[in-house]
Amino acid sequence: MNVDYLMPYVPVAVLLGIALFLALLLPILSVSLGPKRPHFRKMQPYESGMTAVGKAQRRYPVKFYRVAVLFILFDIDIILIMPWAVALRDLGLFGLGAVMIFIAIFIIGDLWAWKKGLLEWD
Amino acid sequence: MIPLSWYLIVSACLFCIGLYGVMARRNAVAMLMAVELTLNAVNINLIAFWRYNNPGEPIGVAWAIFVLTVAAAEAAVGLALIISIYRQRDSVVAEELDILKY
Amino acid sequence: MEFQAPAINIAIILPVVIVAGFGLVLMILDMLMEDELRGLGPWISLGGLVLAGLQTIALWLGGSYETFIPVGGHPMVVVDGYAHFFNMLFIITGILAILMSMPYLIKADIDEKAEYYMLLMFSISGMMLMGMANDLLLIFIGLELLSIPLYVMCGIARPREASEESAMKYFLLGAFASGFLVFGLALLYGATGSTALPVVVENFTAGGVIAYTGLAMQLVGLAFKVGAVPFHMWTPDVYEGAPTAVTAFMSVGAKVGGFAAMIRILAEAVPQESAPIWTTAIAIIAAATLILGNVVAISQTNIKRMLAYSSIAHGGYILMAVAALPFSGDAVSASLTYMLTYMFTNLGAFAVIMMVEKSGNRGVLLEDYKGLSKRNLGMALILAYFMFSLIGMPLTGGFIGKFVVFQAAIDANLIWLTIIGVVTAAVSAYYYLRVVFYMFMFDGQGDLEFSPAMMTATTVALVATLAIGFFPGLWLNLARTASLASQLLMAGG
Repeated sequence: MNVDYLMPYVPVAVLLGIALFLALLLPILSVSLGPKRPHFRKMQPYESGMTAVGKAQRRYPVKFYRVAVLFILFDIDIILIMPWAVALRDLGLFGLGAVMIFIAIFIIGDLWAWKKGLLEWD
Repeated sequence: MIPLSWYLIVSACLFCIGLYGVMARRNAVAMLMAVELTLNAVNINLIAFWRYNNPGEPIGVAWAIFVLTVAAAEAAVGLALIISIYRQRDSVVAEELDILKY
Repeated sequence: MEFQAPAINIAIILPVVIVAGFGLVLMILDMLMEDELRGLGPWISLGGLVLAGLQTIALWLGGSYETFIPVGGHPMVVVDGYAHFFNMLFIITGILAILMSMPYLIKADIDEKAEYYMLLMFSISGMMLMGMANDLLLIFIGLELLSIPLYVMCGIARPREASEESAMKYFLLGAFASGFLVFGLALLYGATGSTALPVVVENFTAGGVIAYTGLAMQLVGLAFKVGAVPFHMWTPDVYEGAPTAVTAFMSVGAKVGGFAAMIRILAEAVPQESAPIWTTAIAIIAAATLILGNVVAISQTNIKRMLAYSSIAHGGYILMAVAALPFSGDAVSASLTYMLTYMFTNLGAFAVIMMVEKSGNRGVLLEDYKGLSKRNLGMALILAYFMFSLIGMPLTGGFIGKFVVFQAAIDANLIWLTIIGVVTAAVSAYYYLRVVFYMFMFDGQGDLEFSPAMMTATTVALVATLAIGFFPGLWLNLARTASLASQLLMAGG
């Protein structure tokens, strides 16, 4: 089998190997060589801090999801504008017009979301 | 260069993982993630085909961007539906959505 | 590299632009207007659809056009008779759906009225794009534009749990199906090196296995959308849980949209020599769809669920015409005629069902139709006529649709499929006639809620079904002029 095209990846493989080796070695060393004296206080979630209250998994308020959804939309907005920005000079007025139409539609959507109270935190 | 077929195999594997996820997972969020996985498999396909077959025409890349956009729209709608249903019943397990059945 | 702008003629795609633009206008007005003025929403959307319809007719009289032509490439949008026909179909579906939604949303206590009409308009623009797309990429975008608003519309009756649940199911399976579809389309692109349908058909054979895999996967995706067996699981649940106005819109719009793209791809993007392979697959799917849809519908007690199975079965009849596509010059016009009659009949039946329905998704069981003839003879007769049309009795629109589809299938030598079609049509008479039987043979109580908008929608659907039933020639000619160019060649030679 011809493996010539894999040659450039040899350094990556070496790096990966070293990283894996170290990542395995260090925890093993620390577990096997380190002293172990378990104690109730040491097993607490916050050692020498406050006593933990309630469960670790809490329900997040829904507004975080709202922001997450808005983030996705803006993210995608940028992805769609990016190719135009790269070829800005070549595309000329045609590209500018197309992107302006796109942004106008997007802004209508944003304003609508704003008006509906999607951006309010409280 | 790595042959095209390797990319297609990766993409097919990814698609099958997504397929498995939609059919086997019971949590609606996990199913949504699996659907996104299938769309990402499509993207790998599109970019690989574009690079190997006709890098002169950017249609493959443009299509990948549209797939991303659609994936985002689906994620937004899907998350909204999931949150809405979770507030009603405190559950997003697909099997518990059983008001409507035969 | 010198960039040259593609040739774009906005006037040609103006119907889509108007529909989507009025959706945006509704959004702006919703932001600016006071609460009292929000009632204007449906009227504005109706105005938009009428404008788009007028433009479509004007274009139709002018012939067929191409637009979005990249330099040295093939047009992305082809607005031929086929596209005009589908545009008109979707616009009429939209108008009737809006007329039915106005009173229904009030009855069902749905608050998000402005959103509802916006989503409806965006969904219609997606459907129209499906009919005129001449490019794999555009078919994908059209399908998503059709589907994503529909997911939300199914859940618009929140916090009613059935509605939310149907939205969730439709979303998960619909998104899954679009994954299939776009994976298949991507493989087609990879195998043939282009997204333009004319190039795809040239290079299809050279694409070999990858091209066939792509074709199969995108067919699976579209079969999900049109609810063909074995990809129909979502249909009954979603149709039952969604608000009835949405069910009516979706049972026609989404299905016809899926078929618009499916027929265009199979007729224009797949070469004649591969026909035996895919027609066999489609014929088997059609047979399974016909049998399952019609047989399972018998045991339903909820009329929305019954009509869901019946709509699966009607998809099967359209698939019969699709299977005849490469062998019969009339297959496309037959499927167009079938979709035309199915649209009017199904929307009309749903309009009557919405009048019988009570708030809170009650009054949708077959029991609730007992004695309808004594409560309101006119409505009972109208619903009975729609039921006869769904069976395909003579002198109804449904008969003409079934007749031309069977004829196309016989033309294509699919005798066994035709026999299955006739037998299942006879089986379907049982459950449709049961509704008629309940209405005329029993006693029952409960009032119907009339409203001018609903009456208008019912009248339009009834008159259209009658007109197709009594004067079929006119409509058959219309469908024939709307046939695809490749089909016209076959019919002529």
